[in-house]
Amino acid sequence: MAKHKTPLLDQLESGPWPSFVSDLKQEAAARAKNEKNVEYQISQDVVEDLLGVLELSYKDGTTHWKHGGIVGVFGYGGGVIGRYCDQPGLFPGVAHFHTIRVAQPAGKFYTTEYLKQLCDLWDLRGSGLTNMHGSTGDIILLGTTTPQIEEFFFELTHNMNQDLGGSGSNLRTPADCIGQARCEFACYDTQDLCHTLTNDYQDELHRPAFPYKFKFKFDGCPNCCVASIARSDMSFIGTWKDDIRIDQDAVAGYVKGEFKPNAGAHSGRDWGAFDIQKEVIALCPTECMKYENGKLEIDNKECTRCMHCINVMPRALKPGKETGLSILVGAKAPILDGAQMGSLLVPFVEVNKENGYEEIKEVVEAIWDWWMEEGKNRERLGELMKRQGFQKMLEATNIKPVAQHVQEPRTNPYIFWKEEEVEGGWERDVNEFRKNHLR
Amino acid sequence: MAFISSGYNPDKPMENRITDIGPRHYEEFYPEVIKKNKGKWLYHEILKPGVLVHVAESGDEVYTVRVGGARLMSITHIREICEIADKHCDGHLRFTTRNNIEFMVDDKSKVDALIKDLEARKFDGGSFKFPVGGTGAGITNIVHTQGWVHCHTPATDASGPVKAAMDELFTDFQSMRMPAHVRIALGCCLNMCGAVHCSDIAILGYHRKPPMVDHAYLDKTCEVPLAIAACPTAALKPKKVDLDGTTVNSIEVNKERCMFCGNCYTMCPSLPLSDKEGDGIVLMVGGKVSNRISAPKFSKVVVSFIPNETPRWPSMTAQLRNIVETYAKDARKYERLGEWAERIGWERFFDKTGLEFSHHLIDDFRDPAYYTWRQTTNFKF
Repeated sequence: MAKHKTPLLDQLESGPWPSFVSDLKQEAAARAKNEKNVEYQISQDVVEDLLGVLELSYKDGTTHWKHGGIVGVFGYGGGVIGRYCDQPGLFPGVAHFHTIRVAQPAGKFYTTEYLKQLCDLWDLRGSGLTNMHGSTGDIILLGTTTPQIEEFFFELTHNMNQDLGGSGSNLRTPADCIGQARCEFACYDTQDLCHTLTNDYQDELHRPAFPYKFKFKFDGCPNCCVASIARSDMSFIGTWKDDIRIDQDAVAGYVKGEFKPNAGAHSGRDWGAFDIQKEVIALCPTECMKYENGKLEIDNKECTRCMHCINVMPRALKPGKETGLSILVGAKAPILDGAQMGSLLVPFVEVNKENGYEEIKEVVEAIWDWWMEEGKNRERLGELMKRQGFQKMLEATNIKPVAQHVQEPRTNPYIFWKEEEVEGGWERDVNEFRKNHLR
Repeated sequence: MAFISSGYNPDKPMENRITDIGPRHYEEFYPEVIKKNKGKWLYHEILKPGVLVHVAESGDEVYTVRVGGARLMSITHIREICEIADKHCDGHLRFTTRNNIEFMVDDKSKVDALIKDLEARKFDGGSFKFPVGGTGAGITNIVHTQGWVHCHTPATDASGPVKAAMDELFTDFQSMRMPAHVRIALGCCLNMCGAVHCSDIAILGYHRKPPMVDHAYLDKTCEVPLAIAACPTAALKPKKVDLDGTTVNSIEVNKERCMFCGNCYTMCPSLPLSDKEGDGIVLMVGGKVSNRISAPKFSKVVVSFIPNETPRWPSMTAQLRNIVETYAKDARKYERLGEWAERIGWERFFDKTGLEFSHHLIDDFRDPAYYTWRQTTNFKF
């Protein structure tokens, strides 16, 4: 028998999509039954109380969670988010219900051995509820009490060789797309760069020293499946400099209808026969392609690598071989000054695993030095860029301005000339001036 | 229940402490066929909704079956996922950025049994545990936030509206009839932890009442200057308040200036703004993150407010259906929702969807607002 009646939540059990309510109920039942005789370290009926407090929110239309307090593990300033219920009397099981962020492996591949071990640990020391995964990418473990946090961390590090993720004014846990692990478009090994930078910057990830949060995301190509261009302070997007590789036989295969365009992504509707002129050539944003006499030609110099033609004909077209990545900076969600998209800072940099990604880390550290020096409390990198201007960032990172940096040149002439740029400098003698210009 | 020690000694926190080890190495978790063919994939094909094949230079193939998941997931459910992966996939699986689960097998002959197994599993309440789909030009899983399950600032729930939305759009999770893929995200407040600002369709929780001021506690729980500095519109100022004869330091809210972002509440728990009538949902459309054909775009507000109709948000799901159907009917192949709206013009978007245009939808927030007003005589009647 359920501890709390949940008539509103019960209505979310029907319908085809997996019901989180049904899942919560099955967890509540599993804990009540406790077939494995687990010595639960927090309330056995914690999930019942979570259902209860959620039902209350469905009834009164507001949340019943309070701000976090200072909870965490010794020596870290992130990874645990304090959470308390504002109706502890009604729902004692979730009175203290802290979140733990566990750093996910790059690519989000898992073995069942690892997941089962994590489940056992969270069964013993937490609510048994998770998010797979949080928006930033971490494994989120929802709900435990303060005394369990160090115990959990001790077992996580000692038994699972696994660390916490980031929270607060830290480097947040970096995230990547599936990349070369299972995608033919990936222009660099996103998993390796993500994992390497995550580990090289553990101090920045665990100990808050930044003005505000800072996110890295790694996309293998301009399709941006992990949304780095919109969601990360530093976005690393795979690209190439040379020619798109063309297999003319496969192009012919698409034209003849032997292969489904766009890898079959549109097969749920009859769009008619594939028309290379209409679907590829005419949609190319730079008009740099032509298909004549059964041959596809690309004026690669004019290509901006948008991926459309490659997406439509993956068997025929591949990114070039001279691959690397572009770095865009300053993306963020709207709080506070409106949403910002990433702005191009480094058009191309080689992805050099052999030297530990030295060239990339140089840019990262120059950006951090500037932001930590100039950024105000709770000011994201993108906001600092807006406040101080793109030029200041170029100076701080020692990157030469190029036309690729802008969508268009400025429409006002209000240039902040520097004294050293102006012949003769700014110091002038007004008395000399007056000799030729009477008062 | 007896306390079980992990071995951690609170008197000597540094004893045997392990720190800064980061996540586990990704290679430990690769299935064999991935490890062997990484970086050597030739092409892929979506065989049917939710089922992909990737073919490598070596001739090896990996078949992926993608299933939807509620990102709020119990360990009982994860153990069931593990059981399936043990049975069919040599103990490997992965999650996608959009909360889907991917089961991979290295041979075509293993696919049907896997799908059959996945589709047969249902929760007691009747919903699928592992619906197969979420590929290509369809509607895949919704990226979302915590909502009322675990967050202190939400203006709506997350898991509930997502469940309601995906039930409504379920057939499009399992088919690929859209002109291009449609990405939906939900953020339960303006913080947009779900980064809904660049989605084809964004469901966003929003407050509409300025914060109340808990004068009796404000100075005890908050740093007044920090709370004041947190306001992006300078709507807060310090105020001395007389409470039963004692003067306390507090804050005054200029209600006309408030844009209901809740940033002050994040800094100061004595400024609560959540409210049953005030809170609800904003719908935004036309964003994208891909660079394909056109540059990434922000989502635009097209429905200024929908109340929180618990438990299934019927007005919201009806609007989602309306927007999706209008787009599906009118857009060209490969055209994302935002590209379609820009081609036909936003005035046409409102005509065709029948959505009401109101003053709430005209940007008046700072400089960028100006660039969104019509500065040409080219418009459609």
